[in-house]
Amino acid sequence: MTAEAQQVARRGAPGSAGARDAMASVLRVAVPILLALAVGGIILLVLGKDPLAYYGYVARRGLLTWGGLQETLTRMSPLLLIAAGLIVAFRAGIWNLGGDGQFLLAAVITAALAPALVGTLPKVAILVACMIVSAAVAALWAVIPAVLKARYGINEIITSLMMSFLGISFANVLVKLFFWDPSTTVPQTRTLPVEERLPRLFDTTIHSGVLIALAVVILVHLMMTRTAFGLKLQVVGANPAAAVHAGLNVPWLTIATFTLSAALIGLGGSVEILGVFGTVRADWNPAFGLLVVPLVFLARFNGYAAIAFTLFFSALMIGGDSAARRIGVPQHFVLVLVALLLIFLAVVEYLDHQRRKRIGA
Amino acid sequence: MAVPVAAVRNVTKRFPGVVANDGVSLEFNAGEIHVLLGENGAGKSTLIGILAGMQQPDEGEILIGGRPVRITSPRASLELGIGTVFQHVLLVPSLTVIENLMLGGPWWRNLLRGPALARFRELSQLLGVEIDPDAQVGRLSLGEQQQVEIMRALWRGEKVLILDEPTSMLTPQGVKDLGAVMKRLRDKGVALILITHKLVEAYELGDRISVLRLGRLVGALPPERKRAMSEQEVTDAVIEMMFGTVAQHERDAEILVGRGRRTHRARHVDRAGPPRLQARGLATQATRGACPLRGVDFDLWPGEVLGIAGVDGNGQKHLAEMLAGQRAAASGTILLDGRDITADAVPERRRRGVRYVTDERLGEGTVGAFSVATNLVLKEIGAPPFFRRGVSDWDHIHDHARALIKRNDIRTPSEKTPVAKLSGGNIQKVLLARELNAEAGVVIFNKPTYGLDLQNTRLAHERILAGADQGLATIVISTDLDELLEISDRIGVMFQGHLAGIVENGPDVERKVGLLMTGAKAA
Repeated sequence: MTAEAQQVARRGAPGSAGARDAMASVLRVAVPILLALAVGGIILLVLGKDPLAYYGYVARRGLLTWGGLQETLTRMSPLLLIAAGLIVAFRAGIWNLGGDGQFLLAAVITAALAPALVGTLPKVAILVACMIVSAAVAALWAVIPAVLKARYGINEIITSLMMSFLGISFANVLVKLFFWDPSTTVPQTRTLPVEERLPRLFDTTIHSGVLIALAVVILVHLMMTRTAFGLKLQVVGANPAAAVHAGLNVPWLTIATFTLSAALIGLGGSVEILGVFGTVRADWNPAFGLLVVPLVFLARFNGYAAIAFTLFFSALMIGGDSAARRIGVPQHFVLVLVALLLIFLAVVEYLDHQRRKRIGA
Repeated sequence: MAVPVAAVRNVTKRFPGVVANDGVSLEFNAGEIHVLLGENGAGKSTLIGILAGMQQPDEGEILIGGRPVRITSPRASLELGIGTVFQHVLLVPSLTVIENLMLGGPWWRNLLRGPALARFRELSQLLGVEIDPDAQVGRLSLGEQQQVEIMRALWRGEKVLILDEPTSMLTPQGVKDLGAVMKRLRDKGVALILITHKLVEAYELGDRISVLRLGRLVGALPPERKRAMSEQEVTDAVIEMMFGTVAQHERDAEILVGRGRRTHRARHVDRAGPPRLQARGLATQATRGACPLRGVDFDLWPGEVLGIAGVDGNGQKHLAEMLAGQRAAASGTILLDGRDITADAVPERRRRGVRYVTDERLGEGTVGAFSVATNLVLKEIGAPPFFRRGVSDWDHIHDHARALIKRNDIRTPSEKTPVAKLSGGNIQKVLLARELNAEAGVVIFNKPTYGLDLQNTRLAHERILAGADQGLATIVISTDLDELLEISDRIGVMFQGHLAGIVENGPDVERKVGLLMTGAKAA
């Protein structure tokens, strides 16, 4: 469903029908989550593990302890920025799957640039400059698939994935050949001192990048629902033939969308370095890009829903890490849960669609 | 006379709002090519759909070899020895010829190449063609692909072969080869059914000609009568059946079903002044599945309705898209009030008053999932007053939509309803409301009443004529000749990318247009 259609659905149903609709949309998410947890529990039982203990650890470590919650919220910022980038592209029907390459290149550029600028500029200027330059580099990396798509109609799923592999390798090469900090034995860039990084919020370990990320997601959502540019992107995504018919400049919009999407993802990489790591080690690749893709689908490209899903997923990641270690299941078990969630969401969606068709709505 | 191989008796098929087949009885004999002629919407496709097992008749029966049967699926149709070749090639281009032919067998059985090759040789001999069974289908010419389609249609039996406008995509040589194959099959005792628009083919290939019109059989030339007539006589007779002077009782019947013989309302068009739109030597690049333009010239004056007739797929789509600015002209110029607009894209042309009401209402005219209100401003996105500095003014957009919905009598639960939930007639009203505003100067209608019921058809016609009376220069592209006869001042005919001729609407225009449509020179 498009944002526009969602808006219609939300505003169009007054009174009790509205309440029923709201109830239905809560159920559409809650039921699959419960089913996924249940089936995940069964799998744990089969493996001889205690599912309640696993889920207990996940909840405690991911959300219910102060340290865990801080980690979870910190983890949200790169995921949110990637989600923002993917929403822009997916809404326009452009499947930018090159997020990992764009993210990593931006991270390396930030890690190389920021320590070098220390002392030459005020701190805020350095942070802003790093974000802008890194986002621009990520956008540049997306220009090739964007132009191929806009000019020749070449499938961007393939080209952006290919560019992603190249980008990941290229980021490694940059670290090993050009930005290797000579004072370290492992190949990594120079480290941005902690006091030069993104300021932390109050007394926590959460850095202010989270606020940037939240603001960006909300801005993207507003752009999509309240501006002419967003509406144009949605027309291109929902019906490309109608976009041509209405005289929209589809090639230009394709390139603009693709580069904007990559820039936002790149911003995520930059913020992660400026806020958390301060350096990039060769062969570091958190591979967040493809992890966020299903989340964005679960959120149906809605910015606010994406925030909720990102929070849920971050807690799963942080809590799942420690729960996996304590219970003794592979760390990737979190991905099993996400996959189950996707499957059940699709099933519930299908059943709901059938039901609505039956009652003729 | 022998029992016909296949026959339909009193077949009636109704769709919501239309009677597609109305008590049609036809017989198909072995060793005979039976041509079905008729305009779009005459009911030919429905009849074929019934024989091919894709649709069930509401009334009447199908007889195979004199026995009544029910054809419940395309597979059942094939089992009965009825093969159908549809207008567009339905083969898998990446598979070889023999692989394509082996498709459709039971899934639990192995694909046996030996028997398949034997059958392939048998059919090659029957058709008198030579095709490499291991050639990839995508590499064959369209004519050869069609021969493979014919083989597939005959794969399980060769009693009846239905060909639905088989020549529309072929080169002249391909048409000639196909004719030879058809005659050969006829001589071997196959009953062939040929659906076509082209009178030349009907005369050349047909043993028996039947004409459908508005779902009913309106005339037939049995073999003995056809043999006794010259080509000219056959053509005249068929044109008369298709469009022309209908017998009195037919007229009464038509008035009864609410669709009276249409009359042309004479309008005065002032062609003394300068034309509003001038097209000179317009041509377009060929694209897959669409006929390009090859040099189109015309002038269009304010207040005039120029009808564009022709069999579908002769360049009408490219003409409409190119005039609207959606498709680039490969050569030629378009002048609007004497000003060259050839290089202008859709937004500039729209600003200058060019409007295009597309025939693909949901395909490109609207975004189905978006609201009626959004679709009403679809061509104004980003422009004031609905968007200010790039920000959407949804209140303004919705107010605007409510006003248009009221003024144009668009039946919708609300302006926020997704446009795809509306009926075809109401979607058309949305398009008309969007395109026909005060700034319009030239309007191109592509099949404006396609798929609409009678009432909405009449409304659309009134709307077109009212616009022209107010001075709009209007182009109406349609495959429904009756419609053009009713509303046009002049009628041009598209044939293979050319505008084959423009004739004044008036007495005897049907014959002239009918001749132009079939590729003959203007009389």
